[in-house]
Amino acid sequence: MTETTLAIANDIEARFPQCVTPDERGGYEGYLIEAGKLVEFATALRDEFGYDFLSSVTGVDYLPDEKMEVVYHTYRSTGGGAFVFKVQTPRQTPSVPSLCGIFPGAEFQEREAWDLLGIHFQGHPDLRRILMWEGFEGHPLRKDWKEAYYESDAKPFDSRWPVGEIYRAEDENPFKGNVVYPQGFDPDKWTPEGETALYAGMHEVETDEAMHTDQIVVNLGPQHPSTHGVFRMVATLDGETIVKLRPVMGYLHRNHEKIGERNTYLMNIPFTDRLDYLSSMTANWGYVQAVEKLLGPKTAAPERAEYIRVIMAEFTRISNHLMAIGALLNDLGAYFTPMLYALKERELILDIFEATAGSRMMCNYYRFGGLARDLPAGVYEKMRDLAFERLPRQIDELDRYLTENEVVIARCEGVGVLTPEEAIAYSAVGPVLRASGVPYDVRRADPYGIYERFDFDVAVRYHGDVYDRYLVRLDEIRQSIRILQQALDDLPEGEIMAGKPKYSMRVPAGEAYGRVEAPKGELGFYVVSDGSANPWRYHVRAPSFINLTALSKMCEGDKVADAVIILGSIDIVLGETDR
Amino acid sequence: MYGKGIIKGLGVTLKHFLDTYVDDIRVGKKRYTEEGVAYRSSKDVRGLFTVQYPEEKLPTPEEFRFIPFLVYDEGEDGEKNIRCTSCGICSKVCPPQCIWIVRSEDPETGRPIPEPSDFFIDVDVCMNCGMCAEFCPFDAIVMGHDYELAVYDRLANNIYDKDKLLKPAAYYQAIRPVNYRIQAEARAEKEAKKATAQSKKEA
Repeated sequence: MTETTLAIANDIEARFPQCVTPDERGGYEGYLIEAGKLVEFATALRDEFGYDFLSSVTGVDYLPDEKMEVVYHTYRSTGGGAFVFKVQTPRQTPSVPSLCGIFPGAEFQEREAWDLLGIHFQGHPDLRRILMWEGFEGHPLRKDWKEAYYESDAKPFDSRWPVGEIYRAEDENPFKGNVVYPQGFDPDKWTPEGETALYAGMHEVETDEAMHTDQIVVNLGPQHPSTHGVFRMVATLDGETIVKLRPVMGYLHRNHEKIGERNTYLMNIPFTDRLDYLSSMTANWGYVQAVEKLLGPKTAAPERAEYIRVIMAEFTRISNHLMAIGALLNDLGAYFTPMLYALKERELILDIFEATAGSRMMCNYYRFGGLARDLPAGVYEKMRDLAFERLPRQIDELDRYLTENEVVIARCEGVGVLTPEEAIAYSAVGPVLRASGVPYDVRRADPYGIYERFDFDVAVRYHGDVYDRYLVRLDEIRQSIRILQQALDDLPEGEIMAGKPKYSMRVPAGEAYGRVEAPKGELGFYVVSDGSANPWRYHVRAPSFINLTALSKMCEGDKVADAVIILGSIDIVLGETDR
Repeated sequence: MYGKGIIKGLGVTLKHFLDTYVDDIRVGKKRYTEEGVAYRSSKDVRGLFTVQYPEEKLPTPEEFRFIPFLVYDEGEDGEKNIRCTSCGICSKVCPPQCIWIVRSEDPETGRPIPEPSDFFIDVDVCMNCGMCAEFCPFDAIVMGHDYELAVYDRLANNIYDKDKLLKPAAYYQAIRPVNYRIQAEARAEKEAKKATAQSKKEA
């Protein structure tokens, strides 16, 4: 805890003497708040202490203690460390007041906690399942819930040293025994309750009898070329104007977090590649950072590894933003010319990843205390060629043929506006937040790795519309190139791993929240360790997912064709949204 | 002037269009050789990037990883000395748990022999992460470069057994020369140390 947070902590304890107690479990930080005082406390925290940015809300199932815990990570939008607070609730009837009224950005995250852990949030405006399907029985992240093809509680599985024949888990099919149906479930008669609730909230018949007009409800997706995956938007339209819009997601849900809780710590690294599959390097970094916090300073990565981490993360940012810009232009109808020009440059970056990490997209390159391997011969020169020669030239070209294009301007300017206050309230992160005039970048606001050593500007634009989100991405590519040039010049020789690589390790009990500035925004990993070989809780604060909270706000009042580019300008990846 | 931005943009696309021809003329007949493929993925290329797969293939870099294979050293009489000792680290570290190892036992004494009697990898489940090769203490399992693995029947073909997984050390050396050299040097050093320790002991 830094000095400022310590001072604030004293003030808060004085302000709420009875209901705020420091969390004194070993390895834990923050405060335990009484559920009854939560709303009052959060309001004071936001208004009096300046912690106006709610980064992450998640639940933890402490099965042995018969308790559920909701964990909140808040930050100041001006920068600095976290203020963590928690609410405990009995496991049989878990119920906590909702913070949607104070931090609207909590909406989807609380729905997720309800969906996966069954924690009820009193006063939540729309508490429906969000990732699982509506008829699903049970809450899959609870520790006593077992999935289909369940083999055992934790990896490695004993069955991997078989006597005699081997079999696949599917052949043995323990599926039936694990599936729980709701009481009286009849698949023929069943209509999803949540669907009815969703549509009931959407359809509002206009009262003006003389006009004989009616609003209509339109589904965009789940299969729709504009959604960049399997994603659905339900929009109520008045003519062509969007009156209300609700995103529906979870089509790619695979319960990444449950898988993560059964994996060992090391096994999770390749799984994080599969979250945001366009920028796996930064996802690796976020997770590795959280676990390194738990492991303590002795696993600090050596100097050379720190530099390579930065270099890889910035290349990832460039390739991701190129993809985002290309896809946005596709959504605008500039079919595939800008996309393919962007992909060409991305291709060269992916070649570097392939030569170093072994795979173009599923990099699996970062390790606890370093990196998987050093740069092979010839890669450093290739990086230099890109960072000093090719990329600056090509980015200028991209700027030249797109930025002043009148059609792009006409379609993008003033569309999907998010004001700075709204952006902070909705917990928007990354280019969405910075395009709204909030210069918040985790690399600068709460530096990690060695970002303090580099000279770069936080890209910021002030209109909060689609056009500014495009411009912010372009600016960020330029800043990334600046960082790359400095890092490549300074790259020292030396080791790339602290100590010998180990495949099994003991992680001390405790909790850690590691966050990095991924290309799509703040990517956080909340890891709780109970001292065993597998994490007790593994939560991903996915920027694609949380940025969607503000989607309906951005779309309201715009035309239905704009919904497509507004979604494109948020730049989501469904692998991360649905997890 | 309204429309200036569009004209500028079209100018850039026109330049790209012309560049493909300029590139073609400049590279000439070499375009459809290996050298030409390498040029098309270099920083200097201005024209088309497209590689005409499957007629042309991008070279796989050494670190490229796909499906693991088991390495054996060829003995003098052509026998296969499998490097794997069935220690099980690869199957312990495997994130999707797709490796099964059946250990060998001496039929007379019942003691374990350091060699797998069978070794399976479920290729459908393998996520190509390379952890098995990374943590193998005997350099016995290595990530392969072969990526054209489509089959008609996945149930019949996609659990690889020991016979299908085994590949000679020469093949390993061919696809990963640098790694092979480093590992061979490290092993030789270890052997030498052992030998000196042994001779000291004897002395």
